[in-house]
Amino acid sequence: MSEAAATPTPQTEPVSAPLTPAREVWLHFRQNKGAMIGMYFIIALVIVAILADLLAPHSPIVQYREALLVPPVFQDGGSWRFILGTDDIGRDILSRLIHGARLSIIIGFIVVFLSLGFGVVLGLSAAFARGTVEILIMRLMDIMLALPSLLLAIVIVAILGPGLFNAMIAVSIVSLPHFTRLARASAMSELTREYVSSARIAGAGTLRLMFRTVLPNCMAPLIVQATLGFSNAILDAAALGFLGLGAQPPTPEWGTMLAGSLQYVQRAWWVVTFPGLAILLTVLAFNLMGDGLRDALDPKLKR
Amino acid sequence: MTVVMEAKGVRRYYEVKKGMLAKAATVRAVDGVSFTLEAGRTLAIVGESGCGKSSLARVLAMLEPPSDGELLIDGLPTLAPEADRRVALRRAVQMVFQNPYGSLNPRHTVGRILEEPLEINTDLSRDQRAEAARAILARVGLRPEAYGRYPHMFSGGQRQRIAIARALMLKPRVVIADEPVSALDISIQGQILNLLMDLQEELRLAYIFVSHDLGVVHHIADEVMVMYLGRPVEHGETGLLFDRPAHPYTRALLGSRPRIQTGANKIPRKTLSGELPSPLRPPPGCAFHQRCTFATELCKRDRPELRQVEGRAVACHHAETVLGGAD
Amino acid sequence: MPALLEIRGLTVEFTTSRGILRAVDRVDMDVAEGEVLGVVGESGSGKSVSMLALMGLLGSNAKLTADRLAFAGTDLLTLTPRQRRKLVGKDVAMIFQEPTTSLNPCFTVGFQIVEALKEHMGGTRKWRRDRAVELLNLVGIPDPGARLNAFPHQLSGGMNQRVMIAMAIACQPRLLIADEPTTALDVTIQAQILELLTRLQRQHNMAMVLITHDMAVVSETAQRVQVMYAGQLVETRSADDLFSRPRHPYTAALLSSLPEHAERRARLATIPGLVPGIGDRPVGCLFSPRCAHANDRCRAERPDLYRDPEGLARCFYPLDDSGRPEGVAA
Repeated sequence: MSEAAATPTPQTEPVSAPLTPAREVWLHFRQNKGAMIGMYFIIALVIVAILADLLAPHSPIVQYREALLVPPVFQDGGSWRFILGTDDIGRDILSRLIHGARLSIIIGFIVVFLSLGFGVVLGLSAAFARGTVEILIMRLMDIMLALPSLLLAIVIVAILGPGLFNAMIAVSIVSLPHFTRLARASAMSELTREYVSSARIAGAGTLRLMFRTVLPNCMAPLIVQATLGFSNAILDAAALGFLGLGAQPPTPEWGTMLAGSLQYVQRAWWVVTFPGLAILLTVLAFNLMGDGLRDALDPKLKR
Repeated sequence: MTVVMEAKGVRRYYEVKKGMLAKAATVRAVDGVSFTLEAGRTLAIVGESGCGKSSLARVLAMLEPPSDGELLIDGLPTLAPEADRRVALRRAVQMVFQNPYGSLNPRHTVGRILEEPLEINTDLSRDQRAEAARAILARVGLRPEAYGRYPHMFSGGQRQRIAIARALMLKPRVVIADEPVSALDISIQGQILNLLMDLQEELRLAYIFVSHDLGVVHHIADEVMVMYLGRPVEHGETGLLFDRPAHPYTRALLGSRPRIQTGANKIPRKTLSGELPSPLRPPPGCAFHQRCTFATELCKRDRPELRQVEGRAVACHHAETVLGGAD
Repeated sequence: MPALLEIRGLTVEFTTSRGILRAVDRVDMDVAEGEVLGVVGESGSGKSVSMLALMGLLGSNAKLTADRLAFAGTDLLTLTPRQRRKLVGKDVAMIFQEPTTSLNPCFTVGFQIVEALKEHMGGTRKWRRDRAVELLNLVGIPDPGARLNAFPHQLSGGMNQRVMIAMAIACQPRLLIADEPTTALDVTIQAQILELLTRLQRQHNMAMVLITHDMAVVSETAQRVQVMYAGQLVETRSADDLFSRPRHPYTAALLSSLPEHAERRARLATIPGLVPGIGDRPVGCLFSPRCAHANDRCRAERPDLYRDPEGLARCFYPLDDSGRPEGVAA
């Protein structure tokens, strides 16, 4: 050791301690309590969604005619048979919520997948093509942003016809501009960096530059937006369900559940409160995690 | 001597829009640069920021096409219509950038960064590529562990070694180094310059060395081209230019360079008054006349062309006076 | 001469995710009235951090300790950072490396100078404006009246640095800290700015701390030089002595690594290895892993600053006039 250190010109230099980018992000993320709670909630929700058939005490669509509007277990008249009570036609609310979690996760996932995918392609195309293509894409996005998002979604569902799948498409289209603009903005700032020029000199073609060189470096803000978009998607789909344009009864979708039992809000608070609470907590969890991710990913980018 | 790169009146113009209604103005970032570069030699391009040296580097690296003029590599024009020949020529010219923090993709491992040029340009198998990358890592003085690590785990000097390694992956004839050491500490600068010189001798590389640091240029370059507002003002052998500059601007650059001096009678720096004029509104006549102590009416009116004076090319009406004049 | 600035045992530690980083390690510094002190070091040597600490400009993850920190006889340690900034803001001014980012892009140059005047000098509106024009004139900006209304992005880097200098000297400070003031500028502009700084320093008998990595700039400007390495002061002496007879091997190695000191195209002398980081600070002398003369004692013990006839050097075996370490057999 002492000999090596004293050599005037060694052929190699020591390399500083390794820490992969992912691990560094995780270290930062872990320090954010809210984000961790959000993440645990989401993990729990995903497990519940996957195991819905095993966890739910009843079928979500079976109507127990003898037990209409039974209150939850902790209230007078409640029983362990229906832990969170039943709705106006005797369906178990807990079972419906558990199955609804599955739907909400699927909705969130598909919507984010669609809008992120198309948003990235459109945004990167705009950033790389410039000129007319860019103007066309970005002005279209501006027009979409200028319309109230729910109104636009309603219009799209009205054209496509009501239904859960069409609602998902509508919500994807509505959230597309956010992803497109974000992808374009971060791609444009990355394009000025020298490593892009290096890749060009190495002979990389446009597609390679777009998806292998630039895209991975734009992912941080997009991941954050995707997390927040997840909650938006759930909320918008619930809103469409509430308006009767999304999932159709008897599908146990949280927004539809709210809508179907609105007239009982005075008599039976539980029919409205539990689906509402489920939406609220899920959206909150995703937002907390998204904020935590943003904080964890950002300082890394600035270095 | 084999000429590997030749520029014939290379120009690069940019359109600058000032508002929606105003007519686009043209910035002549590079305005007529010609040179020949032989294998194993270093041409330094020197000037202050805004003189067009970085734009020229981008044109020479084929990142941007010249607006006018011709660039030949190994005697073949780079604007050749045949796509496959262009690809082959492009491999012959590689580049090392100033900022080693920006020029390496932060999301890729060093191994992937080094192998990318091979992946795009050759049919080598994965193992062959990895082998080539490891060999070159050792050559630029990095440990084999570096292969699987990310750029942010390295210091500035080590990153610049990685950048040099990547430039060498395709066995280029010419390496364009755009301020390769100016972001590094002094003790590290020496390491990188030594590496560049070693590689040059070993591989007979030709370097285009873009820099504003005259100390470094004097050390490493065989010939120097001084640029001012997009045009070469003096071009010749390094020793000649540094010992007897013929253009007042070269003289001013050399005079304003800080030097380590001790003792009571330090030679004060000769400072140049004024700043670089706006490239959007270049002055008529010689672009340098407003800051020049030799300027006459002729300089305000006629732009001097490059001409041969005492073994170098110089664009000054009064080159003989400058050369003959005392300090 | 009485010391204008007196620093003893200044230590700055940063809490990072990878542990505690001691960026400045018990640094002493004296600056006399009207003196130009050069502080030289590579990146990570702590040369800027120590001055930011003095100005109270460090973030919340930094911890500052010192045995003594005094400006013109006032103890700064007992003051809160806010009070310190107020006291120091008038008499100590600072200019930074990047003139374009040091100025607020939203306001005109004139507004920013006038604000600085208002804060520390008061005076009437008219007086402040006239003073701003006078200042711009003083730092050599042509047509100063019109330039007052210019925004930073409309001026060149050199012009912005002149504006920064004008703001810095607006309140006639007794000490100017210049942190790499010319690094971002071109050679010809660099020469202009250094000439300006030296002229102002002489005219106002202002003390100046010039932080830079450029040895040549220091040799031309400073009377006394401190060399820093890995947060420690390793050598201090007059500029003439330091550049002609460096005693610390690090200083000597830095000087010999300059291309000016080598034969053309010859391989340059280099310092192998890297500045130690958080995890790899050696037990012995911090420079020992890179030092050509280090022996077992250097690797086991940390040297103090030892006094020699002309200054101080943190080395067991300081170099003699011929550049060989004293008391070591070859």
